[in-house]
Order: sequence, then structure tokens, then C-alpha cells
Amino acid sequence: MTYEGVPGLVETREAHGETTLVVDPARLVEACTYLRDEHGFNFLSDIAATDYLGWPESTSQVAGYVGTASGRNINVPASQGLQRLPEGRPKRFAMNYQLLAVREGAPRLRVQVWLEDGESVPTVIGVWPTADWFEREAWDMMGIPIEGHPNLSRLLMDEDWEGHPLRKDYPLGGEPVRFSSEE
Amino acid sequence: MAIAERPLIYEGTRVPHPIPTMLRVDDELREMGDILQVNFGPNHPSTHGVLRLVVDLDGEKVVGLEAKIGYVHTGFEKTMEQKTWWKAITYPARIDYLAYQNNELVFVLAIEKLLQLETPPKATWMRMLLCELNRIHSHLVWLGTSALELGAISVFWYTFREREALCDLFELATGYRLHTRYFQAGGLAEDIPKGFEAECRKFCKTMSPGVDQYEALLDKNAIWIERTRGLGLLSADDAIALGQSGPVLRGSGVDWDLRKSQPYLAYDQVDFDVPVYHGGDVYDRYKLRMDEMRESTRIVEQCLDAMPEGPWIADDRKVVLPPREELHTSMESLIYHFKIVTEGYRVPEGEIYVAVESPRGELGCYVVSDGGPRPWRVKFRAPGFAALEATATCMRDALVADLIAIVGSLDTVMGEVDR
Repeated sequence: MTYEGVPGLVETREAHGETTLVVDPARLVEACTYLRDEHGFNFLSDIAATDYLGWPESTSQVAGYVGTASGRNINVPASQGLQRLPEGRPKRFAMNYQLLAVREGAPRLRVQVWLEDGESVPTVIGVWPTADWFEREAWDMMGIPIEGHPNLSRLLMDEDWEGHPLRKDYPLGGEPVRFSSEE
Repeated sequence: MAIAERPLIYEGTRVPHPIPTMLRVDDELREMGDILQVNFGPNHPSTHGVLRLVVDLDGEKVVGLEAKIGYVHTGFEKTMEQKTWWKAITYPARIDYLAYQNNELVFVLAIEKLLQLETPPKATWMRMLLCELNRIHSHLVWLGTSALELGAISVFWYTFREREALCDLFELATGYRLHTRYFQAGGLAEDIPKGFEAECRKFCKTMSPGVDQYEALLDKNAIWIERTRGLGLLSADDAIALGQSGPVLRGSGVDWDLRKSQPYLAYDQVDFDVPVYHGGDVYDRYKLRMDEMRESTRIVEQCLDAMPEGPWIADDRKVVLPPREELHTSMESLIYHFKIVTEGYRVPEGEIYVAVESPRGELGCYVVSDGGPRPWRVKFRAPGFAALEATATCMRDALVADLIAIVGSLDTVMGEVDR
């Protein structure tokens, strides 16, 4: 099956038997509607936001046992080194929409959208109502603004929480410990 | 897939607009001033964990509803990014504390797919066996607690009798009653112990009459039927639009099971039926889970019959710990052991989404690797998370007393909802 007619298609990738369509964020809703109506992807399995901040790149890191050009930094993930450097990423954040068609053969497809920090992505609630909480989770955990979402508020964290915990620059143990001796 | 011929549960769609997960009170109704807002939870014995439902009541009728989650958010996904792949396998089991082996399986399958690692047949069949036992385990806890909430306390004792036997089986095979961490990238952590087969067969013999007993307790119970039939309606189209899967989707008449439609492990080599009910109500979801327990018992028996001999884990020294006895004699093995335990194995760069049919439906795991020893990103698609999104739709015109039955029938585990 070819996906050439998908509106706003930037790139098609195949890996591990999965197809990924990279789509222009401005035309995401159009692309999703097309995939649902023309290709039968009536089921949205998941929306996974990913932060690629600090993704190993040739300018800052080298392959081998020691992770960085300046020496081993034990504070970054994967400091124990990479066998080879991964491919670069176009922007900091990716939104991954895992689609499924409920029919014979269970075809799956991943729609991927690349975003910079603060760049918003249109909501797909109109295409699949189940996107509601998944998009709120992406906002809450990764800080990806969802344009046109009718109820964009925090889902898992408190309403007055600061920051987005799943971002790579969010400190581990950033929450002050209660009942410590300094209190 | 027999999607064409299914009876109509209701006309059109009942998914609220514009917010699909929130039932809003009519403005007219609110102005009349008789609306009572009640916080149901977060600490309420019948919410299956810490779930808070903000309910607007007009008399006894539910006219508004919003589910608030996040009370047991523990940052599993963030924590897993900090651990080596090897250590991260410990975490998925804790996300869903009733279907732990299915959760372990989906993560291990994702790692194996990225590593392009083949597992020996014995591991595949044992995984399938344990996942089916785990499905029974999850359904038993669901049945016991759901019936308990509707006042049928005796069912609980019966289901926990079998659950106890199941936990003993898990302990026998893996050393732990819960959160077994028995699946390893490449196969199983240990060989299947002697005596497991006999004990497991004994369990299968008691399981089928067990299900008959639960049904005898409930099926002719007027209160149970009154409180489950025709409640919490969800049509097939709405279920698909709301991302429902597993028993909730099949209870709405959609013949959809990933074990059949997208077979993993060795599900294409065993004989089992996928029960489908067409009523889309609480009662049908209950009947469906009862049938699933019988089918799972069938699969377990077939797994025992077909259990292959041979190694239980792949022979790949880069990923799999060398056999313990080799460490005393082989320097090479000692080095591999040290490397895997201290720095972990590296998983080739890539991203992958793996889905399995957990007791609650489509359990997915999206994993990104940068080629290093730790996952870059792990995201779980929890079926219970999606199921809770359907509460507002199911709760149309429900009475406050039915709310418990309806939320219970969606079978959510708050651990996996909040992660």
C-alpha cells in the first residue's frame, strides 16, 4: 500500500516492519482525516511525545566506550557510549500517532510530526475522540501545546505543577523532599 | 471480521461534544439550581484504585461527569529512561499490578525486536502459558471486586480461592507471587521447574468448575442481573472512536482480538475462540470475561501439551547472562557477566511500537533507542487509560448507584492509567 496521496507528507520510512509517515504539522488534521477515510485507520492506539534534547550528535559526542568528546559524563543518559552514532533528528520534539485499522490483517501505521519547543500541533480529537487524554498527557508530560483542544489542562500532574516532567531537561529528584532536616 | 452484522445498541453517537471524555451539565438544568456536585473518590473502596470522579447529580440521575486521574502517577516512564535495558524490565510489571506478565512481555518483545533476537520455542510457549494464567488472574480479581461492590460478597471468596492457587503457581515457576520479572530479553530468566506441569494441570482441572461456580452464584441472581443488564451502553462505533479494546470492545459486538488478528508468540498454533457479545452493557462485559477465563484455561492446557524441550533462553552472550556454573571456570563468561550487569547491553538505534492483547485490551509499548545501554524513551499505551475515557459516554442517563457497576465493568487498573 502506498501513502503518496497523504496531504502534507514529508517522508516515508520503513523499519522493523513498521511504516512511519513524517507529516507537516500544519496539515496534520488533513492527513489524519485522509488516512482514516481512505485507508481505514479508524483506531488511534496511542500518542507518544518524545523529547530528543541531547540526542547524541557528531558535534558533541563520539562513538565508543566514552560517551562525550570531552570525556565521560555520567549525568547524561547513554554515557557509557554508543556502538555508533545515531542519525540526527530534525527538531527537538516528535509526536507519534500510532494508528491501527480494525480489519483483517490489522495494518498499523505511525504518523510522526516534528516540533520545536513551544511549537504547537493541531488537535486530532475531531478525527479520533480518544485523542483527548493522550493529547492532554503530551501537554502535561512534555509541554507540547495542542492547538484547538477544548480542554487543554494537566492530566496526571497537579494543576499548579511547574514544568513538564518527561522532558529531558527536567531535573531528576527536582521535587524538594518533605520532612528533611533543613525544614 | 464480522463487523457488518451487529445489532444496534443505540442510534447515532453518544460521545459528548466538544470534550469526548466529559459529560457536561445542560445550562438550562444548571440554572434550575438543583444540581448537586459530588466528589466520588479519590479514596473510595470501589474505584479500583485512586480514581476521582466529579459527578453532577440531578436527584439520583448522573447528568455530568468528569474523571480525574493522576493520583498514583509515579513516573515509571521517566524512571525507565534512567535504567539500563536489563534493569528496566523490572518496571513494566509494576505498572499494571494485575496483568504484570503481559506488561513485562510487551516491553521484552520490543527490546527483542530492536535487537533482532530470536527466542527459543520453549520460552515462547512458556510466555504464552504464563500470560494466559495472568489473564485468568486479572479477570478473577476483576470479577471478585466488581461483584463485591454490588453487594455479592461471596463471589469474592470463590474467585480469590483460584487466585491464590494461581499465585502459588507463579511462585513455583518464577519465585514471586506478584511482579514476577520472569521474562528476560532472549527468553526466560530460569528454566521451568520440575513439578510445574503437574501443578498447572491440577489448577486447570479446578478452574473450569470454578467458573461454573461463579456463574451459578451470579447468573440467576436477580439483583446482579438487575444491576448489570442494559447499563453502561457503548455502541461498536463509539467504542472504536474512543479507542476501546479488549473485553469492552468485544462486549460491544466487535470481533477484535490481537491474539487472532495479529498473532504474536505462538497464538496462531493454539486453538481457541474469541467470545463476542453484542449488548454493549455491563452484563455482556461480565459474560465475556467469564468466557475468556474458560478459553484461557484451554490455551494453558494446550501449552502444557505442546511445551517443547530445550533451552529456555537464547544463546547470545552479548545480551544474555552466561550460565552461572560457567563463571567459575571461564574468564570470558565472567567478563560478559560483569559487562551485562554493570553497564548493560546496547540496543541498536530505532523506534518501535509493539502491541499485545492484555486482559484489558491493546497494551502497547513505544520504545526509542539511541543505540546506548538505556532506553531513550518508553511509552506505554495502557488499555485502562483508554477505557476510562469512555466513562462519560457509558454514563449517559445512569443512576448514581449504577456508576460503580459501570466504572467497574470497564476494568481499569489505576497503576497503568497513571503510570
